[in-house]
Amino acid sequence: MLPKKILTSLTFVIIFFSSISKVYSIEADVFVQSTVNRAAKTLGGNLTKEERIEMLKKIARDTVDIKGIGFYSLGAYKKNLNDDQLKRYVKVFSEYFLKSFSSRLAEYSNPEIDVVSKKKINENYTIVSSILVSTESRPEVKIEWRVYTKNPDNLLIRDLIIEGLSLARTQKEEFSSIINSNDGDIEALIRNLSEFVTK
Amino acid sequence: MKKILTISLIAIMLTTSVSADTDGENNLSKKPKPVKDCFEKLNRATFSLNMSLDKAIFKPVAKGYRSLPSPVRTGTSNALNNISSLLTIPNNILQGEFKAAGVNVGRLAINTTVGILGIFDVAEKMGFSEYEKEDYGQTLGKWGVGAGCYVVIPVLGPSTVRDTVGSFLNVLGGDPYYNISTHGNNEYLTDKVYMTTKVISGVDFRAKNLESIDNLEKNSMDFYASVRSLYLQDRQQKINNSNPTIEIMYEGDWEEVQSQ
Repeated sequence: MLPKKILTSLTFVIIFFSSISKVYSIEADVFVQSTVNRAAKTLGGNLTKEERIEMLKKIARDTVDIKGIGFYSLGAYKKNLNDDQLKRYVKVFSEYFLKSFSSRLAEYSNPEIDVVSKKKINENYTIVSSILVSTESRPEVKIEWRVYTKNPDNLLIRDLIIEGLSLARTQKEEFSSIINSNDGDIEALIRNLSEFVTK
Repeated sequence: MKKILTISLIAIMLTTSVSADTDGENNLSKKPKPVKDCFEKLNRATFSLNMSLDKAIFKPVAKGYRSLPSPVRTGTSNALNNISSLLTIPNNILQGEFKAAGVNVGRLAINTTVGILGIFDVAEKMGFSEYEKEDYGQTLGKWGVGAGCYVVIPVLGPSTVRDTVGSFLNVLGGDPYYNISTHGNNEYLTDKVYMTTKVISGVDFRAKNLESIDNLEKNSMDFYASVRSLYLQDRQQKINNSNPTIEIMYEGDWEEVQSQ
């Protein structure tokens, strides 16, 4: 009798948890808060700078749509790339992004970020608003996160908008400037990215 | 004669600017026209000069300023903001923001008196809304005047034709603080005091952005292009007085991105 009861309870537990994961996909604001908490824990811990960078890279790989940002940054130039160029670009952009992202963040220590609201702007995107709490040396900073919500089970960050300034747009315009000043040669951008990664 | 010449020059620049583009009106479905960098070679040269000046003079001065006690810096920043509201109020009115103008008049009165010449931001503690600076460049943008070409001005840094015209309007009678300082016939304020205020404003701005500018430079492959992008985004946002940011973001570029 007892084993049957246990079996029934177990079955209920399994059904309950499997339904939770399907019905209650993580919300964009919860996703952002948990991501910043992960990053804050890394930055506030007793890790060396190199260890911090490695941890931040891991967080970025898990939560940021690096490939998507890479394509956005290319803009209209993407259609001019052949398969080989696209493959090389995706690889070097990913390395560039992780290096740039982690070295930017590694400078901060104990950042306190509070998520304050979210706004769904269309089927694919939700903007999550947050505040980087002020300290003695810097004022409060508003940070907005563009979260790609097309797959509710795999939310991904696509942009950070700091005090209204989009990092992805800045990067896109920087890439465009490099390509334009090299007569539209995409290889110049790939070369620049490679140099940045190896410097 | 000199004044007529200056006004004529501004009129010509404005006309050119109006036909260049209109970045004062953007929404999610309408792709904003990019601001042209018509003088890129000259701008890049000026940018290099400014960067050299920054490394040699502005950055060390800003670092020195940063070493002052925090209350001194906060008080300086508050007093500068208070002075800037003399320029913000007429622009609030010109933009039809009468409520904001009223709030800023109240803020100015309280902070200048109770806040001892603006050193203490008493109005903020009393619950006044967050202070947003306005200038003639923003007003022109709000009226639909296009940005015109992007320009880098020696020492002063990034601007556009429209914003440069806006700055000229300050010294052509549009800035009450400039008028009082230079034509006020008083013993306390002179043109030297006005210039000193402007220099301290620059140092205050640089000091607040020491790390972020260093970080941007370190992580940019084309620092000039990054600064240009950030300046133009910032102006676009200020003209639209947009908060949240999503109001000024064009969605088309993002919708085309499919990586999965």
